[in-house]
Amino acid sequence: MKYKSLAVALAAAVSMAFIGSAKAADVEVTHWWTSGGEAAAVAEFAKAFNATGNKWVDGAIAGSGDVARPIIISRILGGNPMGATQLNPGKDADDLVKAGLMEDLTELAKKEDWAHILRPKSQLEGCTVDGKVVCVPVNLHSGQWMWTNRKVFKDAGLEPPKNWNELIADAPALQAKGIIPLSVSEGWPISTLTEDLTVAVAGVPTYVKVYKDRDLALAAGPEMAKVFQAIDAARKIVDPKSMVPQWNEAVGLVISGKAAANVMGDWAGGEFQVAKMKAGEDYDCLPGLGLEPVLNTGGDVFYFPKNKDPAVTKAQFEMASMMVSKEVQVAFNLKKGSLPMRDDVDLNAANDCMKKGLAILGDPTKVFPNNSQMLDRDSLNQIRDVMNEFFANKDITPEQAQAQFVEIIKNAPK
Amino acid sequence: MDKPNSLFRNLSSKIASLPMVFIVLTVFVGGTMWTVASSFTNIKTLPIFTPIEFYDAFVGLAQYERLWKTQRWIISITNLGIYGSLYTIFAFVIGFWLAVFMDQKIRLEGVFRTIYLYPFALSLIVTGHVWAWILNPAFGLEGTIRKMGWETFSFDWLTNREMSIYAVVIAGLWQGTGLVMALMLAGLRGIDDEIWRAARIDGIPKWRTYIQIIMPMMRPVLVTTFVIVASGAVRVYDLVVALTQGGPGLSSQVPTIYVYETMFVGALAQGTAASSIMLLATAVILIPWVIVEFGKQKQA
Repeated sequence: MKYKSLAVALAAAVSMAFIGSAKAADVEVTHWWTSGGEAAAVAEFAKAFNATGNKWVDGAIAGSGDVARPIIISRILGGNPMGATQLNPGKDADDLVKAGLMEDLTELAKKEDWAHILRPKSQLEGCTVDGKVVCVPVNLHSGQWMWTNRKVFKDAGLEPPKNWNELIADAPALQAKGIIPLSVSEGWPISTLTEDLTVAVAGVPTYVKVYKDRDLALAAGPEMAKVFQAIDAARKIVDPKSMVPQWNEAVGLVISGKAAANVMGDWAGGEFQVAKMKAGEDYDCLPGLGLEPVLNTGGDVFYFPKNKDPAVTKAQFEMASMMVSKEVQVAFNLKKGSLPMRDDVDLNAANDCMKKGLAILGDPTKVFPNNSQMLDRDSLNQIRDVMNEFFANKDITPEQAQAQFVEIIKNAPK
Repeated sequence: MDKPNSLFRNLSSKIASLPMVFIVLTVFVGGTMWTVASSFTNIKTLPIFTPIEFYDAFVGLAQYERLWKTQRWIISITNLGIYGSLYTIFAFVIGFWLAVFMDQKIRLEGVFRTIYLYPFALSLIVTGHVWAWILNPAFGLEGTIRKMGWETFSFDWLTNREMSIYAVVIAGLWQGTGLVMALMLAGLRGIDDEIWRAARIDGIPKWRTYIQIIMPMMRPVLVTTFVIVASGAVRVYDLVVALTQGGPGLSSQVPTIYVYETMFVGALAQGTAASSIMLLATAVILIPWVIVEFGKQKQA
């Protein structure tokens, strides 16, 4: 007993010494924000973090989330964790959290009242496992947008389309003038396109019932069959030779006028901003592909892998706090084209597309979960591969693709 | 009476090799056993190590069933078959031709040897990037020749689904043929001059000498080279990632990419199953070596 209290006193004394020293720390941050707009946004984070006296050590990973995720997860599993990492909201880090590899932010969340400040509640709830807050949501991204170059349509003697169906109708005229009707990039953007078409054609309730509740009858049924027919119509107007490797190259084709339209999440807005184009004049941003304006709650969250150095742990909490502070939320989200996590900030400097997004966000009936909040990453990757092959290989019929899709939903883990 | 002596013969070298034996057993053999054992479980992200955990997570052949039903895996294995066979065959043929050419007592042999062996000094990532530039339709070979006047020249293998894997074969051959040439040349140089003289006296034409006399004598070198080249082909990863990223679409995917991508995004067991299949492929490649090694002992 005597030794126990002596040990406690010694520990308290030693930890007091550390608290007093207020060491600044280097925090390595991994992310995959490498396009023009994204890099400008992450620079805002770095600037604000460096102002706290610590140092933001940038660990950008070239490529997409699909390239970065194995790298990030293998590093944490392998015992060489970074100080902080971007991930998408949802189940990606569930196993790591369950293994106790992530820092617990509950104290900080309580102190700063995140439960009341951050909206929508689904994002912080997604970051809460067994009552503990394990990540901080930093922005909201939605994937249901169609981006069109108005000048390209006007030059072709057409009215800029108000929705997806009008684009399909305009496609032959555009192709006749040598314009790519729909620019598409390989990999996960095809998943974005096909999921957007699912929401637009089958509606949000069906989409959520299939992805979240794993309703097999619905997945194999006529509503989803119509979706695969719509994807079939899309792949018919896309020349495989026009497909580009990266999402921002596809957006770049629309910006430069070589392509007429692109389906991409609202992060494409950052690219148009860097190109100094004006929404409503040079380009149109159509939420819900112009059909039913809805938004999913994608975005980015930051996890902080547990670190042995107490100075780094302290810096991690400072970074989490900085990321949801008012000034940084405004600065970061304006550059990125995403929506902030808080309502109490001034976004008058936001462009028209962001304002459209904010308006939709205000109506909870128009907001639904992101795919990674409903399905595990492995199943999402398999669906991505099926959709990519369906898009590229014209020999695969819509019925065959739907059967493969149903198989994946059937085998997805609860 | 011989047995105790043979155990303690060369004792110092045996002790010196203990660290290597330890590493081989724990890392290679142990790692392999863990991989194969994990392929019969359903682990997602975190690895398991105790027998009880393996028993709890056991799912039989489910991972292998999923593997062979996955379109992407079928494409990957097919591509590996194409790449492996084309790469091995052409590396041998071209490498042997180059070695024969070097063996003709030409002037500047050292210069030529260096030139042909240089690409092998480059990593596959660099090879992939260089060939990505060369094969780029806009500003690579196709663009350059078009600017020179041949307007209809086309060499778009990189962006062509049917041909992307063959673009990988070309880049791989450029990098790896030098090694085959060097190994074959060493084998050729090991042939006694007497054999050549005897063949010349007998009036056998040179090409027949090569095929029917020299090559059978070079069998150990040929088998060693085959094992090195073929096992390298099975493991192709960085070349594909640097050259085509597995694209366009899934057309140039290879098994190693599938293993890497599934292991760390929630399907660890699936990745180990794919890895075990690749191990099987490598074991098959070793069969010729086994035949030569143990066949020889029988003869002795």
